[in-house]
Amino acid sequence: MSKSTESWGSRVGLILAMAGNAVGLGNFLRFPVKAVENGGGAFIIPYIISFLLMGIPLLWVEWSMGRYGGSKGDHSTPFILDNMTKKSLWKYFGVFGIFTNIGVMSYYTYIESWTLTYTIKSLKGDFFGMDIAKVGQVFDQYVDISGGVNIPIIALLAFTITLVINIYILSKGLSGGIEKVAKIAMPLLIAFGAFLAFMAFSMGGTGRCESCNSHIGMDFLWSPQYDSLWNPKVWLEAAGQIFFTLSVGMGTIVCYSSYVKKRDDIALNAMSAGWMNGFVEIVLGASVVIPIAVGFLGLDWVKENAGFMMAFKTMPYLFNQWGHIISVVAGVAWFGLLFFAGITSSLAMGTPWMGFVQDEFDWSRNKASWTLGVFIFLLALPTIFFFEYGVFDEYDYWTGTVSLVVFALAEVILFAWVFGMDKGWDEINYGADIKVPKIYKFIIKWVTPLFILVIFLASLFTPKDNDWNAAINGEWVLDKSSIIGKILHIGEDASWLIDGSFTTVFYIDMSRLLLLGTFIGLALMVRHASKLRKQKLNK
Amino acid sequence: MSSSALIMMVVVQVSVTIITGYFFYKVLVTPPKPEPDSYSENDDEDR
Repeated sequence: MSKSTESWGSRVGLILAMAGNAVGLGNFLRFPVKAVENGGGAFIIPYIISFLLMGIPLLWVEWSMGRYGGSKGDHSTPFILDNMTKKSLWKYFGVFGIFTNIGVMSYYTYIESWTLTYTIKSLKGDFFGMDIAKVGQVFDQYVDISGGVNIPIIALLAFTITLVINIYILSKGLSGGIEKVAKIAMPLLIAFGAFLAFMAFSMGGTGRCESCNSHIGMDFLWSPQYDSLWNPKVWLEAAGQIFFTLSVGMGTIVCYSSYVKKRDDIALNAMSAGWMNGFVEIVLGASVVIPIAVGFLGLDWVKENAGFMMAFKTMPYLFNQWGHIISVVAGVAWFGLLFFAGITSSLAMGTPWMGFVQDEFDWSRNKASWTLGVFIFLLALPTIFFFEYGVFDEYDYWTGTVSLVVFALAEVILFAWVFGMDKGWDEINYGADIKVPKIYKFIIKWVTPLFILVIFLASLFTPKDNDWNAAINGEWVLDKSSIIGKILHIGEDASWLIDGSFTTVFYIDMSRLLLLGTFIGLALMVRHASKLRKQKLNK
Repeated sequence: MSSSALIMMVVVQVSVTIITGYFFYKVLVTPPKPEPDSYSENDDEDR
């Protein structure tokens, strides 16, 4: 039970902070790349259906769980879940709501630091005159650990500065820190995105190759291909993107909304923040990277090379083609918007830890934020030093992918089946400024849990080469990208040592053990906090 | 751009923009709840 006096300054501030939590690098990088990988225009239909059947219900569930917990004085997922049921086991599912954020924040802040460095580099015009290979080399050198002293000094320094900025803002609290940043960052992010989208729309053909035309890029993204709708992989990818983009299943929404008072609306707030994220993704995110890249490099190049690293290895080169002044403006707009998208999300990731230790151990805001800083710094070091061994991707997979699905599934089952759908429905509608369509009572109870369960099982047992037709016809061979395939290192030599040198598998297994240890450590803290609560009650 | 792609893009992007604008507008024009509410910035306002 908390003595917290934290609160939001204004309703608009809360919505911008919530939207900022959801709007991240994925809106501009993951969404267009996933759309390209899954047949362009075919992707958008499963994406929108997943948003309606899974995204919106989860938003309402998380907002109402948070407000319910806050009304009991709880601001962390373990005890919010604990309060909704008499079974104490549920609080350990709530550990995911802290673990996920700490895990993701540790590598996410590192990416955020790249965007900060690249904003400064763009401002200085460092990329001007470089060809695409040279721009790629700049990034490789930036993150490479095989330099003279085996430590990427600049990358480490930039990460430390970015982390300190995050922690300082967190130490200022919700209205004094996070909300102020969201009120500045979100409008700037939208303005930068709109500028780049305008540039992409207006550039058209560049004459560099036959398909070098930004409108061909848009055509590829938006041409409906209805036959792809029968491909389960496209549906899974679309549903997965909804998880990432809305930041559902992380615990951040639950934590933010726990500072909303009982009588205040959550139904309209959830829709406003959720659709704002959709606007940034579908309207702005879809209009920048792919159209600009196709405009200068052609459709074939984009189909072969589309990926997250395009943001750093390709975009500065593309901006160069617009001449010196516009390349500086576009570079600052691009990396600036990525930085704002990143920081508004990483601040949200810090909040569950803050809420937990402030509530349970009576830590001051300063102590809570700076301990978080030390924790994140130590946890991030392996991703920086062993980046080339895949440690970074491993963190992303377990904390930023698998944990989200597990926690979202637990949340929705708890809400609809343990807490009870009738009580849950009343909770969503209490103080609502909009009328929530009654069909969502049925969707939250039946459709959303089944939807998430299918995603989880499909990720657990992904068939080889994502060949669902073969799998359904009885040839279900596990793919190495399935959760089981990853755990068992299917299709690779699982030795830790070869010729006296540690293998990549060794670094990957060590990072898994570190993450597992972090989860166990947090679970023990929750257990200890639970005992302290009982002692206080008995006094 | 092909006409089907153009129609898809315009319909989806305009719909999302309108829905986003509608919800945000509704947030701005809905009168605040009587105190105590969740927001500290209007704590001195008379009701």
